[in-house]
Amino acid sequence: MQHEIIIAGFGGQGILSAGRIICAAGMAEGKNTTWFPSYGPEMRGGTANCHAIVSDGEIGSPIINNPDILIAMTSPAIDKFGKMVKENGFIIADSSLIEKSRIEATGRTAYSIDAARKAGDMGHKAFAMLIMIGKLIKETGIFKPESVEKALYEVLKKELHGLIPKEMDALCVGMEM
Amino acid sequence: MPEKVLMKGNEVIAEAAIRAGCRHYFGYPITPQSEIANYLAWRMPAVGGVFLQAESEIAAINMVYGASGAGARVLTTSSSPGISLKQEGISYIAGAEIPAVIVNVMRCGPGLGGIMPAQSDYFQAVKGGGHGDYRNIALAPYNAQELYELTVKAFDLADKYRMTVMIMADGALGQMMETVEFRDEEKPFEADKSWATTGTGMKRKKNYITSIYIDPEELEKLNNRLQAKYRTIEENEVMYEERDCEGAEIVVCAFGLAARIVRNVMDMAAAEGIKVGLLRPVTLWPFPVKAISDIAEKTDVLLSVELNAGQMVEDVRLAVNGRKPVHFYGRTGGILPTQNEILEEIKRILGRGNK
Repeated sequence: MQHEIIIAGFGGQGILSAGRIICAAGMAEGKNTTWFPSYGPEMRGGTANCHAIVSDGEIGSPIINNPDILIAMTSPAIDKFGKMVKENGFIIADSSLIEKSRIEATGRTAYSIDAARKAGDMGHKAFAMLIMIGKLIKETGIFKPESVEKALYEVLKKELHGLIPKEMDALCVGMEM
Repeated sequence: MPEKVLMKGNEVIAEAAIRAGCRHYFGYPITPQSEIANYLAWRMPAVGGVFLQAESEIAAINMVYGASGAGARVLTTSSSPGISLKQEGISYIAGAEIPAVIVNVMRCGPGLGGIMPAQSDYFQAVKGGGHGDYRNIALAPYNAQELYELTVKAFDLADKYRMTVMIMADGALGQMMETVEFRDEEKPFEADKSWATTGTGMKRKKNYITSIYIDPEELEKLNNRLQAKYRTIEENEVMYEERDCEGAEIVVCAFGLAARIVRNVMDMAAAEGIKVGLLRPVTLWPFPVKAISDIAEKTDVLLSVELNAGQMVEDVRLAVNGRKPVHFYGRTGGILPTQNEILEEIKRILGRGNK
């Protein structure tokens, strides 16, 4: 089983960290993972994306042409990557940041959840990415929620470890959406 | 217990150098390899080593020349335009017969080009780059684990043969994160460095490290010695990986990131009933001539896939020596060939296309 995931949005939304959390959670379960960040010209204009692959087998190219899953945090992200999603793949889109019509224009199965708004209610916008990962777990069973906790301790800086219980609450919120 | 960590390719190279006993680093920042210097800027002092950001790439390679002459295990890293600047120093180091490890995290050219991944410095590393009849051992890592293994090995090979060893990575391998398993301990090759200029202590004759030979007889002797050494290396140090070449309809030659893309293509082709083999050179020099020559006896057609306009394909053709057709597919400018493009090319070559 191999999941190829593109996470896309603006710089500052935790896009690159979300990819690392997904990879570290997969690794915690003994899976092979690769993480590839946007580092070239596409970074200009404040957009950010990363490619995360979690696999039971050997991973070939770390660069994804057609993702199984797109986690989209902005309208430009949907416009750019939406149609690249495999026919039988799906999109998780933040409906509090993206117009409905642009999600529909992709023609792909899409789960629209208002992660950014919920995260705001919970007190920190960074929780939005954990809500999205929660939804990813619900739809794929890609890894156990406990593995995300392990990943958070590995990926987040020490001074942010105090936030991890709340991050896990956000994960649970996503798993129920 | 061996540590397993998720780590950026560039940082794997840096950590591997530390574990291989390298205690001197000289470099100058350039994307996409600056994380190597960033990592060593704190890691080197922590192990009592020297980290120095030089004023230019040219200064850095000449600092490598000096430190290596004093017997140190020494590293410099850069990306394509910066590696071009180092060529004079590399040729001097080759002439002086001292060890050095040089990492090239390749980006696309020519000129300043761009910062995206490429393999267009194959000629530079394998055919020369600097002036004179010299060779670099050129290693082509495939994943994070090989970035580690080959960096450690590079220091051993450099010491063993007293020559430059280049690690030919690319922007994607440098920037990506992947799992790597570090061994508890490395056992570096114990080289006799009695040639080093460390001071005589009034107890021995002076050592000279130079690449200038005014007497043609002496210079030819040096050249003959170098060539004899290169023949030994061609005999003993070739590394490659061969996958599913037995009974393959077509064998693809590819290294590094291109080989990773081809790995996906092999599965896609198999699903359509096409058997594709992979011959992946790990040493670009010495090139796996015999392995490719043997494959030419068993397969009908070969294809070289590269992130350039066709460089390694020349060596593949020399190894095949006209016995079978050798095709080429590649993209330039930092654009990576997609799995679908490569599969279509394979089908076109085999006459199996439905397009």
